[in-house]
Amino acid sequence: MEVNQYLEMFIEESKDHLQACSEHLLELEKNPDDLAIVGEIFRSAHTLKGMSATMGFEDLADLTHKMENVLDAIRNEKIHVTPEILDVVFESVDHLEEMVMDIANGGDGKRDVSSTVAQLKRIELGEYAIPEVVATTETPVTAVASVLEYDSFEQTVITQSAEQGFNAFEISVRLREDCLLKAARVFMVFEILEKVGDVIKSNPSVEKLEDEQFDQQFYIAFVTKESAEDIQKKIMKVSEVEEVTVASIETTVTAVASVLEYDSFEETVIAQSAEQGFNAFEISVRLREDCLLKAARVFMVFEILEKDGDVIKSNPSVDKLEDEQFDQQFYVAFVTKESAEDMQKKIMKVSEVEEVIVATLEQKQFSEKEQAIQEVTATATIEPEAKPVTTPANNIPAPKPAKAEAPAKADKSHAPVGNKTIRVNIERLDILMNLFEELVIDRGRLQSIATEVNHGELNETVERMSRVMGDLQTIILTMRMVPVETVFNRFPKMIRQLSRDLNKKINLEIIGAETELDRTVIDEIGDPLVHLIRNSVDHGIENPTARLAKGKPEEGTVVLRAYHSGNYVFIEIEDDGAGINREKVLAKAISKGIVTQEQSYSMSDKQINELILASGFSTADVISDVSGRGVGLDVVKTTIESLGGNISIESTQDVGSIFSIQLPLTLSIISVMLVEIEKEIYAIPLSSIIETSIIRSSEIMNAHNQKVIDFRGKVVPLVFLEEIFEVPRKEPQVDEFHSVVIVRKGEKLAGLVVDSFIGQQEIVLKSLGNYLTNIFAISGATILGNGKVALIVDCNALIK
Amino acid sequence: MTNAVEQESIKVIVFQLADKEYAIPVSHVQGIEKLMHITRVPKTAKFVKGVINLRGVVTPIVDLRERFELPISEHEETTRIIIISLEDMEVGFVVDSANDVLDIPANSIEPQPEVVGSLEEEFISGVAKIDKRLLILLHLEKVLNPLK
Repeated sequence: MEVNQYLEMFIEESKDHLQACSEHLLELEKNPDDLAIVGEIFRSAHTLKGMSATMGFEDLADLTHKMENVLDAIRNEKIHVTPEILDVVFESVDHLEEMVMDIANGGDGKRDVSSTVAQLKRIELGEYAIPEVVATTETPVTAVASVLEYDSFEQTVITQSAEQGFNAFEISVRLREDCLLKAARVFMVFEILEKVGDVIKSNPSVEKLEDEQFDQQFYIAFVTKESAEDIQKKIMKVSEVEEVTVASIETTVTAVASVLEYDSFEETVIAQSAEQGFNAFEISVRLREDCLLKAARVFMVFEILEKDGDVIKSNPSVDKLEDEQFDQQFYVAFVTKESAEDMQKKIMKVSEVEEVIVATLEQKQFSEKEQAIQEVTATATIEPEAKPVTTPANNIPAPKPAKAEAPAKADKSHAPVGNKTIRVNIERLDILMNLFEELVIDRGRLQSIATEVNHGELNETVERMSRVMGDLQTIILTMRMVPVETVFNRFPKMIRQLSRDLNKKINLEIIGAETELDRTVIDEIGDPLVHLIRNSVDHGIENPTARLAKGKPEEGTVVLRAYHSGNYVFIEIEDDGAGINREKVLAKAISKGIVTQEQSYSMSDKQINELILASGFSTADVISDVSGRGVGLDVVKTTIESLGGNISIESTQDVGSIFSIQLPLTLSIISVMLVEIEKEIYAIPLSSIIETSIIRSSEIMNAHNQKVIDFRGKVVPLVFLEEIFEVPRKEPQVDEFHSVVIVRKGEKLAGLVVDSFIGQQEIVLKSLGNYLTNIFAISGATILGNGKVALIVDCNALIK
Repeated sequence: MTNAVEQESIKVIVFQLADKEYAIPVSHVQGIEKLMHITRVPKTAKFVKGVINLRGVVTPIVDLRERFELPISEHEETTRIIIISLEDMEVGFVVDSANDVLDIPANSIEPQPEVVGSLEEEFISGVAKIDKRLLILLHLEKVLNPLK
């Protein structure tokens, strides 16, 4: 099926949109009155709906549609944002995520969401039940709230230009999200406008627009002799403009909001009748509440109307009106030669009609505070699904505006969304990497041939090629780097849920989400972080009453921090909670047989803290749903160590704890020292090496069966790699001097004895595959320039 | 079910070990390689000869002679490495030579005679007789199993 080729893209983009929804929902929760955020969510939901409908996932599209209705109502200020409503919307997003996951796993995305749908419906209707509007829910009116405020001078200008036959418009222009030269587009828009009229005001201000200090949308107040449509069309000609809305600014107050939407045919009819001297009216009729025969009254009204003109449209539809499917009010669009007053009087003659309002339909009117706004919306239908495969979406996420969600960044002015990105499957990057390695191997051969031949030009060429390949390698490796944001962005929602489940007040701060890590590390680090955060929230942060009793603020804080340092990335989870209770941990560890009473006396605080990472350990008195099943933290430790990382804990009782994870920048490339033992070559990671040294046999001392040396005043045990790795040797080596690599694990040192050092090199880390697992003291392999495989020594295993 | 006849035969790679011929379904064979440099991996079973660089992928190598506890022979010009993929594993088997691709009719496969009595017995899923040749079908899971 042709759809399949888009499936992957659909899934990726759906995830992005859902993530955006979640982020914006969290933001909305903090600023319930910020309708701009609702707009963002609405857009995401809308796109998702469109995509899923195109892909044929109807459940997904349906639920999104229901959610969209609620959002739309919020956006149009028909519903006020409450935590309850947000809960339901969050639930819907959760369902949607599950559905997308299901689709990603090969399912059909079906899911029982009836209760959520019912709740959404209830929210939608609950507030919609105001009689006047109930019938219009199906075709929500896209009213645009005026976003420009005018001072008295500007109002005068508008009024005066209106008197001189100018039209005053409020124009809203939205650029495409991937628009690169926003300032240039703004300039082009202004240029067009200034040819045909005068710009009175803009929001953001012109200076800000020129500095690109806006998101995608900006607003302009404008007077011109041109029509709204013409202006709209002209602006739409500017490339990368997604949407242009032109609304007329009226200084008079109009009583009736237009509730009728016209399709192009109806608009043409109205326009043509206007040309033929007909008046177009929008008539709103309200029947008395105690009206008994509503259908009959409607019939009478229509009879009157049809004598004097033509009914173009009604809302609710005529069928519904005849079935009495409306409350008291209905709307009719009507063309006639009669005057509005006459029509109004005629209809009022029908008994049980309480109110008739006849408004001219030259401009469809929406009452909005003091301004009535007429609008012609044209949305360029640039939905993501219609984009070519090279959609500039972010798989290797570029700095997204969403980053500003980190509460640390209060300023909403987003970083420019200028980076063009493409999605690339990680497998392709792996293939690229493998191909590149082949090339590296060939380069090695070429180099040795060049040395043999010793031809000047050949040498030069090989030299040049080596340099270019060095650069290429850097690029390939950095291509695999992904900001930790991709992992961090699921936590705000998780914290929200946890704080509700546990009745704790928690504020999550994320710092350094842009820190980059290798994709392979990113993929592995998610679960351990979830565990640690749950742990901090569950065991760390106390409940509000306990916190108040301790004199702490009621709201606990969890800080998630990421930063680079040397060849490592550090991720810290800090909470201002209860900290680790030393006595409790010790008692527990002893009762579980993890340490003995004797051992416990000589343990440092740090060592005791780290006991909670031992397997079979849980100090929570009550095993909660969230954490505390006694498995988990040890798994976290194992995972992190398997990634070549480290975890340490700092804690002060009643002040808080910091869990600090140290991770290598990348798993795929490391700096190593190549060493030789007999004919075998081994690689020792530079990160473990302190220094290399040559020692005499006479310097080797014996301490209980263990050979040691005195290294800068420290007694360092020697490890003969030849023995550990059982290297076959034809004749025993008799040498006065030994090459020793001093390595460390934490504070402990060891000297690895080898035959000779070859040198330092950047190597590509390879796994030994799934067949050979758990090989003692070998952490992986690499391919050398000569095409042979060299094994990487796991120094941690060699130091007890 | 028109191709029932075809379904009843399996395509196999035939290789030689000592004086016997063995067969592995072609579906599990990734490729046949000439002998190349093998990097010894310390502290592994004796029959694990080490790892090779198979076009950028580090692939472990098992010497089937040693796996079946057959007498060890020097590697020769005909020695081949058959790359097997089973589930998520890729492993190379060192064999004396790989000579043939054959279709074995399913009905010619018999359970192994119980009298064989050697260690390799447990690795055999059946035997097939084709034109006086006796092909021993390997049970790949079991050949690779103890190391899992």
